[in-house]
Amino acid sequence: MENKINYQEMLTGKFGDKVVINAEKSYEVYANADNSLEVLEFLKAEGLNFLADISSADYKDYFEVVYQLYSFDDPDHLIVKVKLTHDNPQVTSLTSLWATADWLEREVYDLMGITFINHPNLERILTWEGFEGHPLRKDFVSKSGRK
Amino acid sequence: MAIDNENGYMTQEELEEKGILLTSLDKLFNWARSWSLWPFQFGLACCAIEMICTTQARFDISRFGYEVFRNSPRQADVMIIAGTITEKMRPSVERLYHQIAEPRWVIAMGNCAISGGPFVDSYAVVPGADDIVPVDIYIPGCPPRPEALIHGMLQLKEKVNSPAKVRFKKYGK
Repeated sequence: MENKINYQEMLTGKFGDKVVINAEKSYEVYANADNSLEVLEFLKAEGLNFLADISSADYKDYFEVVYQLYSFDDPDHLIVKVKLTHDNPQVTSLTSLWATADWLEREVYDLMGITFINHPNLERILTWEGFEGHPLRKDFVSKSGRK
Repeated sequence: MAIDNENGYMTQEELEEKGILLTSLDKLFNWARSWSLWPFQFGLACCAIEMICTTQARFDISRFGYEVFRNSPRQADVMIIAGTITEKMRPSVERLYHQIAEPRWVIAMGNCAISGGPFVDSYAVVPGADDIVPVDIYIPGCPPRPEALIHGMLQLKEKVNSPAKVRFKKYGK
């Protein structure tokens, strides 16, 4: 579905080539680890005021953190993706913008091992205390208890 | 009634006709226990839905006196482990088992509780309830039908009623 507002155009106008857009996918933009907080702050002010989900993917060469943004007023939806390297999987926390980012980021940290800078309480949320590793990473070796 | 055996004692049947039952206290207790097993009300996954169905009108587990699901382990006799036990749940299951007063029994309901089921290779799933607690009855199925749970409870009844047989099957003496 087409968005009511053209966020891609808006972002290119504001950030230039610091955001990567694909004209065929009008619902998707790529930010980078340095400016993701600014981009999302801008988008929140422009009407995408609902952070529905934060997820992540491991493409072996790089990580991707995926933010799902919706609007309470319009039927608009935008996916903001941030690519991160395996050597330095760090991105700025969104807890200053949305309180809900707290637990969502803890989940991504727990399962994928991506560090969120300035997060108030970055601890494991799903796995138990003392768990080692990040299970959704492609190089995670699962330990089976099969008898 | 005539006392016709040579010792002058009545037989068991003759006593029963008079309304007198000779038995040991253990047997009496076990008989009473086996007809009023109070399950501990907790479910871990989808098997719990079948367990709930078993208590409802269509299957009506109260026909056997097993419908009194207790919310406290202190009041329960039998723990029906209905569902997948995750590693995070392991300490709670163990603790709740130990909080149940003796004598206590455990039913592992469904493939997950028996062996981990389809999730056995997961990093987060306990491969079977017998890893944590001693299991008396295993009910296979994914999930088992309510009839299977009823059958399992009745098997447990047999087990409670025949401690000698259970010991024989387990240890051969």
